Amino acid sequence: MSIRQISVFVENKQGSLVKITDVLASESIDLRAMSIADTQDFGILRLIVSDTDRALEVLRKENCIVTETAVVGARLRNEPGALATVVRVLSENGINMEYMYAFNGATPHHAYVVLRVDDNDKVEALLLDSGIKTITEEQVSEI
Amino acid sequence: MAERYWQKEIETASREEIKAIQDERLVKTVKHVYDNVEMYRKRMDEAGVKPEDIKSIDDLHKLPFTTKQDLRDNYPYGLFAVPTKDVVRLHASSGTTGKQIVVGYTKHDLDVWDEIAARQLYAVGADENDFIHVSYGYGLFTGGFGLHGGAGKIGATAIPVSSGNTDRQITILQDFGSTVLCCTPSYAMYIAEQVKAKGIDPKTLPLRAGIFGAEPWTEEMRHQIEEMLDIKAYDVYGLTEIMGPCVSYECSEQTGMHVNEDHFIVETIDPDTGEVLPYGTPGELVFTCITKECCPFIRYRTRDIGVLTIDKCSCGRTFVKMTKPKGRTDDMLIIRGVNVFPSQIETVLLRMGYSPNYKIFVDRVNNTDTLLVQVEMTEEMFSDTVTKIKEHEKALEGELRSLLGIGADVQLVAPGSIERSMGKAKRVEDKRKLIGG
Repeated sequence: MSIRQISVFVENKQGSLVKITDVLASESIDLRAMSIADTQDFGILRLIVSDTDRALEVLRKENCIVTETAVVGARLRNEPGALATVVRVLSENGINMEYMYAFNGATPHHAYVVLRVDDNDKVEALLLDSGIKTITEEQVSEI
Repeated sequence: MAERYWQKEIETASREEIKAIQDERLVKTVKHVYDNVEMYRKRMDEAGVKPEDIKSIDDLHKLPFTTKQDLRDNYPYGLFAVPTKDVVRLHASSGTTGKQIVVGYTKHDLDVWDEIAARQLYAVGADENDFIHVSYGYGLFTGGFGLHGGAGKIGATAIPVSSGNTDRQITILQDFGSTVLCCTPSYAMYIAEQVKAKGIDPKTLPLRAGIFGAEPWTEEMRHQIEEMLDIKAYDVYGLTEIMGPCVSYECSEQTGMHVNEDHFIVETIDPDTGEVLPYGTPGELVFTCITKECCPFIRYRTRDIGVLTIDKCSCGRTFVKMTKPKGRTDDMLIIRGVNVFPSQIETVLLRMGYSPNYKIFVDRVNNTDTLLVQVEMTEEMFSDTVTKIKEHEKALEGELRSLLGIGADVQLVAPGSIERSMGKAKRVEDKRKLIGG
């Protein structure tokens, strides 16, 4: 059920991010969601894209360091309290979350959350039990 | 494959035979420099040593050392033992730390050089059927001409590519059918990376051996080059002051380099006291040239730290073997009072799966030395979480600390962002030298 996320190593140097976004732009790869984790030395750019395989290929060709991770994508109603429900479910069940980020869909009614956890299947089951839908890789391209 | 020798008789002579040759040649050389080089005559007179006092190599320790500074002080031709009309070639070493030094060669000297380079080529299994691809720089630097001369001697086909233009190097490796590559280990590594980047399967290249030297490198790097280029990688040692490459040469056993003892006497000394050390003890390598006509330097201090061994070698050669030098005393960094060689850092990086492209920055902050090692990130070490990457970074810092004995900071940078070298790699930036001159 999980969705595919690409992470790219970003050196802490002027121009390193531009190189990555330019590569994706020139290949007409659409970004669905992104977030950056930064440390003193380097950053990790995390992306959900329209065509994961091609993005991986072109980034590697440009000598970028990339890795792919399966993450959970949850679809929420775009209203106050929706995210709180998700976080509560995880917390109550003792799920440790590495990171998360959110994005809006094309329609105004839904928002999406990307969750990086250890056990995707378990988390998806817990969310479904609480009435929260998760999305598949195929659905990503429809967002 | 049966071991092959260019000059079997001398390369496998008994230790007694080798000593007899050295005794005779040393006596002759000492007389030659005393008669023809003012500095040696003065030094020996000052030390109260007459040429007649040197009867065998057992008397070698009575002779004064020669240093790089002596070459600078007598620049350019002050130490030549023959008139310049007999000199047919000059080479020079730029030296990053001071004035360049110049050495001359007579026809005879060049013959000796070709001969020892021929021994090296035969020791790695090359002969007249081979294509010797020389990517050492041609010019005043001795690297290019040394192996080039050896190739001519054995009747192989020399390809004098010189260094640089890596795309062209690779085209030549493919089209000309190079079988033996000669260059610095760091350039071999760069060529290997580019071969991989171009998607060329190394197995499709006729290349089967490499002769790499002119800078310190590690066993780990040897294995990596061997794997990436699908070749056997051999070490070679030499320095301009003594001859150039092939002063000592590696054989099929790949456990150290045989010193051409019929041309050079090698000793190890304590760099602080000058005391001669026994075989097996690490010390500064000191060479005495016993067949050269123009620049037969006596007890030349190389500042290279190495170990000599006389154990029986499986290749059958009987010349003393020297280990791969750990580094020049010049390259050694003293950080917070601890001696650090860049090669130690390289060992750790390769052992832990990082690329051998690295740069070391030394600085002094608030009167404390700092050591920063820039390392290129690899896909294996990368992760989507900061925690995981920090774990790898910590592990690397821990390994560095345990091997070096001092703490080092690690900075992970993008692949390919550390400058590649076509010749000798510049690994260290010591900013401390800028402070207070």
